[in-house]
Amino acid sequence: MDELLSEFLTETSESLATLDVELVKLEQDPNAPDLIDNIFRLVHTIKGTCGFLGLPRLEAVAHSAENVLGKVRDQELVVTPQAVSLILGSLDRIKDLLAALEETEAEPEGDDADLISQLDAMAQGQEVQGDVKAPVEAEAPAPMPERALKEGEATEDELERAFRETETEPTEIVTKPEPAKTAAPAPVAAKASQEPRAEKSGEGSVASQSIRVSVDVLEDLMTMVSELVLTRNQLMQMVRGHADSEFKVPLQRLSHVTTELQEGVMKTRMQPIGNAWAKLPRIVRDLSHELGKKIDLQMLGADTELDRQVLELIKDPLTHMVRNSADHGLETPSERAEAGKQETGKVVLNAYHEGGHIIIQIKDDGRGINVEKLRAKMVANGMGTEAEVAEMSDQQIQMQIFAAGFSTAEVVTAVSGRGVGMDVVRTNIEKIGGTVELSSEWGKGSTFTIKIPLTLAIVSALIVESCEDRFAIPQLSVVELVRASKESEHRIEMIKETPVLRLRNRLLPLVYLGDSLKLANASEHKLTEGAEVFVVVSQVGSYTFGIVVDRVFDTEEIVVKPVTPLLRDISMFSGNTILGDGSVIMILDPNGIAASTSDTKVGERSDMDDDQSHAVATDDTTTMLVFRAGSSEPKAVPLSLVARLEEVDVETVEQANGQSLVQYRGKLMPLVKMDDSYDIRESGRQPILVFSDGDHSMGLVVDEIVDIVESQLDIELTATQEGYLGSAVIESSATNVIDVGHYLSDAFADWFTSPDDAAYGEADARRLLLIDDSPFFRNMLTPLLEVAGYQVTVASNGDEALALREDGVEFDCIVSDIEMPGMSGFELAEQVKSDGRWQATPIVALSSHVNPKDLERGRNVGFSDYVGKFDRDALLTTLSQTLAEKVEVA
Amino acid sequence: MSNPKNTNDQSLDQLDDQQNKTDSEEYVTALIDGQLFGIPVLAVQDVLGPQALANIPLAPPEVAGSLNLRGRIVTAIDLRKRLGMEPADREKSMSIVVDHHGELYSLLIDEVGEVLQVPMQNYERNPATLDPRWRDVSQGIFRLDGQLLVILQVQRLLDIIKVATAA
Repeated sequence: MDELLSEFLTETSESLATLDVELVKLEQDPNAPDLIDNIFRLVHTIKGTCGFLGLPRLEAVAHSAENVLGKVRDQELVVTPQAVSLILGSLDRIKDLLAALEETEAEPEGDDADLISQLDAMAQGQEVQGDVKAPVEAEAPAPMPERALKEGEATEDELERAFRETETEPTEIVTKPEPAKTAAPAPVAAKASQEPRAEKSGEGSVASQSIRVSVDVLEDLMTMVSELVLTRNQLMQMVRGHADSEFKVPLQRLSHVTTELQEGVMKTRMQPIGNAWAKLPRIVRDLSHELGKKIDLQMLGADTELDRQVLELIKDPLTHMVRNSADHGLETPSERAEAGKQETGKVVLNAYHEGGHIIIQIKDDGRGINVEKLRAKMVANGMGTEAEVAEMSDQQIQMQIFAAGFSTAEVVTAVSGRGVGMDVVRTNIEKIGGTVELSSEWGKGSTFTIKIPLTLAIVSALIVESCEDRFAIPQLSVVELVRASKESEHRIEMIKETPVLRLRNRLLPLVYLGDSLKLANASEHKLTEGAEVFVVVSQVGSYTFGIVVDRVFDTEEIVVKPVTPLLRDISMFSGNTILGDGSVIMILDPNGIAASTSDTKVGERSDMDDDQSHAVATDDTTTMLVFRAGSSEPKAVPLSLVARLEEVDVETVEQANGQSLVQYRGKLMPLVKMDDSYDIRESGRQPILVFSDGDHSMGLVVDEIVDIVESQLDIELTATQEGYLGSAVIESSATNVIDVGHYLSDAFADWFTSPDDAAYGEADARRLLLIDDSPFFRNMLTPLLEVAGYQVTVASNGDEALALREDGVEFDCIVSDIEMPGMSGFELAEQVKSDGRWQATPIVALSSHVNPKDLERGRNVGFSDYVGKFDRDALLTTLSQTLAEKVEVA
Repeated sequence: MSNPKNTNDQSLDQLDDQQNKTDSEEYVTALIDGQLFGIPVLAVQDVLGPQALANIPLAPPEVAGSLNLRGRIVTAIDLRKRLGMEPADREKSMSIVVDHHGELYSLLIDEVGEVLQVPMQNYERNPATLDPRWRDVSQGIFRLDGQLLVILQVQRLLDIIKVATAA
């Protein structure tokens, strides 16, 4: 049987069973809005699914029933026993139709005009008479034509089934006389068709490869396996004391089996999210026909694994949302053409892991949400006065589409628009502790972002200890581990009480776990001189920071269990778990730690008054080093560009050829001042910022290092002064952001004129195309690349780059950002690689988020390499390597 | 005793019904600082001796930690703290495990007493002058021979977040 159909049958039977119970409850308690909402939703879902599967009869019945329920929900109809029996009657009819459907894979012929007219009459508030429970007779002959048809198709399976049917059906009718019910004759057919079905499932013809197991059973199994593990561990402990115990060998075997059992049980719970998506292409296809739209559905990250319970719960919301995107989101081809878009609308599904969460995005490039219209609608629906609504932010207004009974569609269609959808979506997602967010731009499209915590999921976690308490950190967000102590190469340094670590020519902001969790003796622990600590380098989005812990143990596969509701509002934890040794430990959420210890606003965005600023400011937060030099106003530089912070003894500063130099790491390093308004100190130690570029280092003389802050890069590029990129508001004061490139070329002015020092041995200037939407990065990188001996052309987006191609400009290498509005780096690479003169030109991707999945995707679309945005050294190395390879190939 | 989900909710409902119908009620009794408390027997999952508790940083002060009860994570609530009494050694406390909306909580007490069947006629409402903190969690009082039995409402005991945010 068609997988879609069989799933529909199982689901609908479950819904129907629930409905029976709920309706009876409703009859007893007619004024329970929750109950009505739930019933309405279930019927709505049945109707919707029927529509997609092309089952007009079922759909018609469900639609009429839904109409009645809609009136009840809107309190236009009173719940009477009669209304309930009518609804129950239509459910019975649906059940009968389903039974026939299961048998023959097609709806039986006949019509339900009687029932529908009664339902419609009820919906219009008229009295309804008569018994509705009897389905129409026309159902009975249904299997006949179906069978004939099957014989026409010659697959063995079908023939066999048809054969079986012909065998059993007549005998059933003969041997099982119609039960003496008062119902109309039709049930014979239903009975007859049910019997062989039971037999078939007994033989296990269709679905014998897998069985449905209730999650409770799996949950119980899991619990028992955990106990088994504990017992095993206890036994191991006991035997360990006796070297030659006779239990040793069997215990070892028990241990292996237990481990495998544990893994097996865990595996039963994991499923790729692609399973939930399997039916979407068909739904979208049918929808596009029905609505006369051209829809391109893209699905990324289908192999992201999810706990099956979570998967079950998000399956329907996802379907709903995709359907909504296709129906409400996308415009018709003609509308799209008018708006200057491609006729084919895009719906993109993307799933990935991020910082202990699973993120699922549903993105369309349709019309977006008209906030003004929504405002008006809210007022009309009585959800607020005009003044109240006017005060709400666009974001708040957009979130209203998740409110119950709210629909943005003007027309109620068979597909959607009744205002159930998004309400259900949110309910289901919140049930599993997730969140759903919407960002939409009128005319450009909408993006729904579902964030589901890894609760119930199994993750590999690093076990660490701080102040004698143990914690688990999801391995996903751990980039690396660094051992730090006074003696070792890595030691923790302080900038005005802010701990930092030098790591490969960068400064890493640090967070003491003991401090941020307010653990007992945290400060004592920190002060222990010479003690060895570990830095867990973690990445949250584009923000990298180190968590300082006392000890690091093993990694362990853990089952993430949600924390008790009492602790839900502690953002530091994403769950808790039981370790192999039976102890309970908390699972840290790096997102929460990052958010609580820096100014990063994770997730929440403020009002978007201005689309432009929103586009620039989305997720580019950067750690800035704030310092003073010369004048009193603060200056800033991205921390990641700073190689080291040093203090040099002014005695060691030498003068040569009008330039200040200092011996540094066995070489002479030039010292550069911001301007002439201040001087190197006359005595004592002089703080400098060391910038490194390949083999060369430069020291920027500063007066004082003030702070390290996390800031969004809203840089206004108004600076006319040389050496500044512009100013930005950092920590609520206007701060000049310096242009490192300017000072680099200052320091090395004479170096670059000599040919043998052009970076990385490339004698003639290589032509480079740099594509980045952010003016900040363009201005930051261009001088650096030029200093390194490249001839740089910049483009602010993919289209501009392609225009250059049209103009016949040639480049030796292309460096492109990934996250760009409009054409993304991936799309650009695809275009470049697909045809045209740049086909052979290597492309290097530049991104603030580097994860293995992106790498994979990048390589697939033709990127030669992938470099983090701030990793200057890596960029330069990669470029020279890439170009060297190109030469070899040529 | 293992894993009867949601029994607590049902039992509470039943309890209300029963209180109207039957004339006696069963409680697991617990002693804290000499005061006798009762918890409806149907809400109780387990009674535990002293347990090692895992620390939960940043948790409300009433949350004493967590422990592993046959593969399930149980959150320990320090009843002394919850009821505004002098703190005692948590490591030596016994506890009564209750199920609330599918989550297990262990209520730390000094000592577990016997299961008492008390006649409804001995029931009294909370005295109006009772410490508001106690009044908030107590369902009522039973007069016993020589002492009073304060009936605790599990649901109210676990409303710690509300208390914390209100404070």
